[in-house]
Amino acid sequence: MARLTLDHVTKSFADFDAVKDVSIDVGDGEFLAVLGPSGCGKTTLLRLVAGFEKVTSGEIRIGGDVVSNSGGSVAPEKRRVGIVFQNYALWPHMSVAENIGYSLKVARLDKAVARQKVEDALALVNLQGLGERRPANLSGGQRQRVALARCLVAAPSLVLFDEPLANLDVHLRASMEDEFAAFHKRTGTTIVYITHDQAEAMALADRIAVMDHGRLAQLATPRELYHEPANEMVASFISQGILLPADVLTGEEGGHCKVRVLGRELVVRCRPGERPRAAARLCCRSADIEISADASGFDGLVKRAVYQGGAARIEFVPAAGPDLTLHFEQPDPVVLESGAQARLRIKSGWLIPATGTARDDAG
Amino acid sequence: MSARIRESRGQEMVLTAVVAVVIVLLSLLPMLCLIKEIVAPGGVLSTVAVEAGLRSPATWIATWHTLVVGIGGTLLAVLSGTLVAVLVSLTDMRGRSALVLCYVMPLMIAPQVTALAWLQLFGPASPFLKLFGAAPPLGTKNPLYSTSGIILLLGVQYGPLVFLLVRAGLRKLPRELVEAARAGGANWFTVLVTIVLPLMTPSIMTAAALAFVSCVGNFGIPAFLGIPANYLVLPTLIYQKLAGGGPAVLGETAFLSVLIGIIAMAGILAQEVTSRRRDYRISSTSLPAEPYELGRWRQIVQAGMWLLIMLVLVLPLFGLVLTSLVPGYGIALTAKTATLDNYRFVLFEHDAANRAFFNSFWLSIAAAFFAVIVAVPVGYLIAWGKQRWVRLLNLSVELPYALPGVVLAIASLLLFLRPIPLTGIQLYNTVWIILYAYLARFLVLALRPTISGYHQIDRALEEAAQVAGAGLFTRMRTIVFPLVAPAAIAGGLLIFMTALSELTVSALLWSSGSETIGVVMFSFEQGGDSNYAAAMSVITVAVTFMLMLVTNLLAPHLPSGVLPWRD
Repeated sequence: MARLTLDHVTKSFADFDAVKDVSIDVGDGEFLAVLGPSGCGKTTLLRLVAGFEKVTSGEIRIGGDVVSNSGGSVAPEKRRVGIVFQNYALWPHMSVAENIGYSLKVARLDKAVARQKVEDALALVNLQGLGERRPANLSGGQRQRVALARCLVAAPSLVLFDEPLANLDVHLRASMEDEFAAFHKRTGTTIVYITHDQAEAMALADRIAVMDHGRLAQLATPRELYHEPANEMVASFISQGILLPADVLTGEEGGHCKVRVLGRELVVRCRPGERPRAAARLCCRSADIEISADASGFDGLVKRAVYQGGAARIEFVPAAGPDLTLHFEQPDPVVLESGAQARLRIKSGWLIPATGTARDDAG
Repeated sequence: MSARIRESRGQEMVLTAVVAVVIVLLSLLPMLCLIKEIVAPGGVLSTVAVEAGLRSPATWIATWHTLVVGIGGTLLAVLSGTLVAVLVSLTDMRGRSALVLCYVMPLMIAPQVTALAWLQLFGPASPFLKLFGAAPPLGTKNPLYSTSGIILLLGVQYGPLVFLLVRAGLRKLPRELVEAARAGGANWFTVLVTIVLPLMTPSIMTAAALAFVSCVGNFGIPAFLGIPANYLVLPTLIYQKLAGGGPAVLGETAFLSVLIGIIAMAGILAQEVTSRRRDYRISSTSLPAEPYELGRWRQIVQAGMWLLIMLVLVLPLFGLVLTSLVPGYGIALTAKTATLDNYRFVLFEHDAANRAFFNSFWLSIAAAFFAVIVAVPVGYLIAWGKQRWVRLLNLSVELPYALPGVVLAIASLLLFLRPIPLTGIQLYNTVWIILYAYLARFLVLALRPTISGYHQIDRALEEAAQVAGAGLFTRMRTIVFPLVAPAAIAGGLLIFMTALSELTVSALLWSSGSETIGVVMFSFEQGGDSNYAAAMSVITVAVTFMLMLVTNLLAPHLPSGVLPWRD
């Protein structure tokens, strides 16, 4: 078990920065998910930690030892990290037991001890009695368990998961998710878990690092990411947040401030120290929007109503902002239809901090 | 409606029928003829030919020799080819493409030219050794006239073949399998021994089987190195028997050629059996592994690789060029003695050499042209056809090339010894029988790249033309041929290079007036005129190099792997 520190890590390929100035501190025994759209640099980040890529600048430390900096890199085989790959990466020429026992054999462990450890690892992932099978004769979920057992058996200081559920079907995913959570609780291993699936990240992780274009967009707990996104990218990426232009009218007081959105004034949550400013951005969730007939509402047109069973997803274009789209769920009985006029009200929202407002070049 | 159905099906049937006729004529007929000659010579069941062959001690000595050089050459080729493939594919060595080009080059040079070049390098008359005054005294036996000499040259000739197949396998090795092992604590060497090489066994086995077939069927190297030492293998034994006895001994040589065929097939079967037990299919597709950093070893490994290139390519060719400039046997080469007379002699004065250049060029062009024309429709049926017999079709086209050339040559002799029935046309003792054998033997060299070309084309392109109303022949001409043409033509150029200095087949089929370059080169060398043989070799090697450069121009339009020398 060890903590992992990334200190201003940058990785460039030719003239392209795959990872830009990322600093993350993963505590001992913490479960960190790295989340982002494809091409955001999350896999490169994992390969840097594992030692398959060298940092261009910055430093990586595992358990206090520097393993990578611009001066050099500790070889992957000397890092004591375990990896669970997306495609399992089981060696087809070895049996399940040989796959699991490989690192013990490489370390020249006593054969009887190694056999016992392999048995224990098999039991830990509920695969007792399958040691003599070939990986080709296992199901997808079983292969993933073998991969898990293989990285466990060496008692690594750190386990890296590279989108381990991406190749599994929906049912298996849910049960493997439970298994990973149980595994983390049982072993207390430090885990870095790469994924593009936010539900997976939210369900498993203590904290989530959201990556965007090689940069760390936000590092926070799942709750904080949802309720208090640090910037527009995180706000819109997590649970399809709605971004609306806003003017801040009053300074922060008790975690709230008054803003004007779509011509209406309302009180929203914000960071301490917010001051009045123009051209700010408000993040709303669909749960923050409701139908309202009174003067606090604003008019607009229902663009689309998609019935989804028990509720409909309504897409709404406000008259005050024809290029904006708000979406929310309306439970049965659904009264709004596409083309209908409606009046909505925003109950609350989160004011995106000033430093997190996107520059023109972002996107 | 029914008329239209008939029309489109009619074109398909014509195509299929033409392809079937070509395949029967070129690959099934000669093989059947060979088997018939052994089982029932002259139409009567008889075991006389087999018994005579089995009783002769020469058969068993040659078989033993064939196995010794075949297995020895294969081992050497597998060791060297695999080593080079691993170093080139898995390390951060520099200058990779130049190295691959140079290492694969011996494969493009005819075996007898390789043999001649090495003989000139080490013999007592070696102009190269004389440059340092290190040549052994005249009359000393050339050290290459020996079993180990033959094994060495077979290893040099077919090491690149192993290299190409193992390298293709290594390219498909997913990096996760290597990385999982390294994360498990294994260093690079352990990964190589416990993961990479075991996963590569299917590739290495296939390569070994191919190298074995090539080694036992090789004629040029044991002819140049073995005959002077009276060390006969089966192909050279057949050659000597035919040269001495003519058509009368055809039955006996048929038996010997089937024996070679059986040995070659045994090699392929052994590979099949061992691969079936080890199913190491790699299913995932992924990026190749990061190259291993050699660090301070890099310079040493690079130097070692280029030393190898010097030994197997540069020095022999250098020796060949030097010999071609020497005025006569054993004369030291100096600025004063150097002469281009040998070139003038073979190009303009010697009648047979003149004819040989003419014959080989047009034979190679005709074979290449025919193969390109035939490969497009045959490839179409194999790659895109739905019929079940198509796999058999592919197999039967491969057969004449998979079997040693000697087998095909004997089969062609048997087929055309008598005039063709009904027409009375006599192919035996003419240049046409060589053309027939070339067509049969080399067709697959154009077919393979064409098929991989088809696999890279989106079939929807043809289907779009079909929807637009184009019939099969129109589609073939306007859509399919232009799309696969680069691959087919590259295959044609490969055929031209291979056929130009071909020896195995033409050594058995030539007659006065239908000499080929390989045959004349061989007779010069046998008559002691190494200088003329060297001059002819240098010319063919130069033509081959130039063609390789021209073919490179096609490279952007080709599926990868069609041009073996391009990395």
